[in-house]
Amino acid sequence: MEHKVIGKSVERWDAIAKVTGRANYTGDIPQKELLYGKICRAKIAHGKVKSMDISEALKVPGVVKILTPDDVPEISFPTAGHPYSLDSRYVDVADRRILTRNVRLYGDEIAAVIADSELAAEIAVSKIKVEYEEYEFYLSTEEALKEGAVEIHEGSKNIIADTINGTGDLEAGFKDADFIVEDVCATPIVQHCQMENQIAYAYKDVDNRWVCVSSTQIPHICRRILGQAFGMPWGKFRVIKPFIGGGFGNKQDITIEPLAVAMSMAVGGKAVMLDLHREEVFAWTRVRHAISYKIKMGFTKDGLITAADIDAISNNGAYASHGHSVVAKGGGITTALYKIPNFRYRSRTVYTNTAAAGAMRGYGTPQIIYALETFMNKVSMQTGIDQFELREKNFTKVNDENPLLHMTQHSMSLRECFEKGKEVFKWDEKRKFIDENKGGDYVKGLGIAAFAYTSGAYPKTMEIGGCRLILNQDGSIKMMVGATEIGQGSDAVFSQMVADTVGVPYEWIIADAVTDTDIAPFDTGAYASRQTFVSGMAVKKAALELKGKILEASYHFSKRTNKVTVDDMDIVDGNIIQKHDGQIIEGLGDLALNTYYNMHEGHCLTADVSNRCTKNAYPYGITMAEVEVDKKTGKVEVLSILNVHDSGRIINPILAEGQVEGGMAQGLGYGLAEELKYDAKTGKPLNNNLLDYKMPTSMDVPDLSVAFVEIDDPVGPYGNKSLGEPPLCSPAPALRNAIIDALGIYVKDIPVTPQKIIEALSENREV
Amino acid sequence: MLKTINCKINGRDMELQVDIRESLLDMLRDRLHLTGTKQGCGVGECGACAVLIDGQTLDSCIYMAVWADGKEIVTIEGITNDDGSLSDIQHNFVDKGAIQCGFCTPGFVVSATALLEEKPNPTKAEIRRGLSGNLCRCTGYTKILDAVESTAEQRGNKK
Repeated sequence: MEHKVIGKSVERWDAIAKVTGRANYTGDIPQKELLYGKICRAKIAHGKVKSMDISEALKVPGVVKILTPDDVPEISFPTAGHPYSLDSRYVDVADRRILTRNVRLYGDEIAAVIADSELAAEIAVSKIKVEYEEYEFYLSTEEALKEGAVEIHEGSKNIIADTINGTGDLEAGFKDADFIVEDVCATPIVQHCQMENQIAYAYKDVDNRWVCVSSTQIPHICRRILGQAFGMPWGKFRVIKPFIGGGFGNKQDITIEPLAVAMSMAVGGKAVMLDLHREEVFAWTRVRHAISYKIKMGFTKDGLITAADIDAISNNGAYASHGHSVVAKGGGITTALYKIPNFRYRSRTVYTNTAAAGAMRGYGTPQIIYALETFMNKVSMQTGIDQFELREKNFTKVNDENPLLHMTQHSMSLRECFEKGKEVFKWDEKRKFIDENKGGDYVKGLGIAAFAYTSGAYPKTMEIGGCRLILNQDGSIKMMVGATEIGQGSDAVFSQMVADTVGVPYEWIIADAVTDTDIAPFDTGAYASRQTFVSGMAVKKAALELKGKILEASYHFSKRTNKVTVDDMDIVDGNIIQKHDGQIIEGLGDLALNTYYNMHEGHCLTADVSNRCTKNAYPYGITMAEVEVDKKTGKVEVLSILNVHDSGRIINPILAEGQVEGGMAQGLGYGLAEELKYDAKTGKPLNNNLLDYKMPTSMDVPDLSVAFVEIDDPVGPYGNKSLGEPPLCSPAPALRNAIIDALGIYVKDIPVTPQKIIEALSENREV
Repeated sequence: MLKTINCKINGRDMELQVDIRESLLDMLRDRLHLTGTKQGCGVGECGACAVLIDGQTLDSCIYMAVWADGKEIVTIEGITNDDGSLSDIQHNFVDKGAIQCGFCTPGFVVSATALLEEKPNPTKAEIRRGLSGNLCRCTGYTKILDAVESTAEQRGNKK
């Protein structure tokens, strides 16, 4: 099918508002009589609040009220931005209270102050006196799992889940192997660093329901969790998401919203704002799971995998949040990438006293891909089998069924990605130059990595998308979606889908500046790279329905003068035409006037679709990286880096490139610099700020190259597969592999910092 | 304690009563409702609150409101032309796809405006250095650098 709008780099509708500073984020919306909340945080890493004295804090001028655990519901609730599950096996762990007496990490939320200014609230927080009973605390999974460890959550043994997945006969697979390779590696705790901190305010509305305006990726899920946290009907809450300054998964979790509502409830429904500091966001919202892997694989002498045994241990921090689903996802990702006849994937998710780990761009995939792709590098180096050939031999193929996810993949272009990558990256030239210019203090190296991902969360969770379209009086189209625009450009992409499918110019589509659970159709929100795929299906269905209604109406109104049938009618550039000769029957605006105002037959044309998606499509891609390492200092310079993506058809190339570039920069930080650290003596976070936590700046990110292999996926609504999270999945292992290639020594864990390189060089660690 | 200050903001002379503990950022956002300037960290690390003070880029979150006495301040609202049309830098941010979540965008536009005043023909490395006080987590900086580079080129061609 020929597309007029899909595949074009149209301008996002919010660009001008954002570049002029007119776009309103949660903190930009004026409120009458606004009060401010501040959280009182524990100063120990593990223990119990024995007593709390708030008398001095209450004397601070401007303080309105102080909330303690006694003032909030004694209800434990889950926080993960997952759909509600009717299946008890998949219900999220409900281990969170709005305020807690049990301290599970340094900075846990034990009280909250409401005051007429932020300053008064801060001063009051500093005057709350707390006595604790202290327990031993655990920063690592090893410590939390040791014999006799104190339980962070009663009855948990510090284990959220311990599962085994797999296929085939592992023992037989290893018996068939000509050689066996083993390795271990670990990934760090990192943080999303979205530029807008968590911010929410709540108030009682004119209809006596509770409104929470929040910078959330998941408005409809947020509403449900508010209902759960207060034990009230979900309909008593309304969540509004204005413009949002990034999320990357950090806002796919409920962090401050229940407390914001509790504070408003405590002051008779006045608006109370909870605006976290950057330091709080770093340490006490969500982080990425640090996961350590033990991998053992058997190969034939030609390099075919006969068996793989992976043991993954995930540090979930102090609260379950997204919990086990993050590390568990690694099993299905492994078998989406490589064909493994005999496979065992054991994963354990462990409570510790570090920050609660939740969703972060890639959802466990950057971790497992780091483990797999550094492992494949080792196999290639040990056996001498070419690293491209080793991977290509073992890649899955089109129509393979994933034995863990039980889904068939319909498109798979990793071989083409490598081919294109070699050409764009000038791989052979670079290889030759490096091999001919070895020696000296500055050494260069090349590395590659491949990844697989998913589009949405089906079949792990239900997938529903919603879209409502209204033909306006002038022929423009009002589009309402529950899918959440968080900066990625989903509104632009949905508008393109509607314009393309109905047959009108892109500019005729009107999106919503806020997502409001009272207004937006149900959709679970921005996560799992699901929206262009899952929500896109609903958008397409609604657009087709509206188009059908428009043609029917036009036929109806014009049949006395026109002889064409509906089958011979189409909509092109906003005009209803006769297909056979392209002659215009009427403009969409004229038809719209008729549908609205015809005295006898007028009716407003709308389409309202809720669509269940029962499919998935695996996107794929690769990274190629070239680095130069200074052997004297261990400093790594990234000379060039390329991502090639198979995400099916690209709906909007400039937005797609933007997604890839942003993900690559995050992957670069993940591989080389970023790590949230804790003080071993106190359990206190050490670098929870943007100065000491090394997120890449414009000086650290080199020119980024991006390419796509565009082959329509038969399942995606427009041939498209997911793209949002994938770009972050493969840069870290490619960079690490390039460093190994340059130095010829072994560094196993990320971030590969200068210190780790110098240590490995001084020990002359062999690969 | 309150203090009266006189300053020029986006071309308008103003007399303001400010708390001596107040940051320029709070003054702009809370007293003047110039909410285009954002707070990303509050401690001068991220550049989301960048404004021009006598032509120099500064983080308004760590600049006291009282220090603005006698100064000329330009915020993102003052960079946009009076008729609402975009400056050439803003136009290129839109055109090159440099905008995603948009939270860092005003700060980047402010920094880029000062950078190109100071260095009309910057090298790519100079642009990188000039914008290194502004953090962005969405774009990987690539399209932001493109936008600034294109603006410099276009200005050069006009001369």
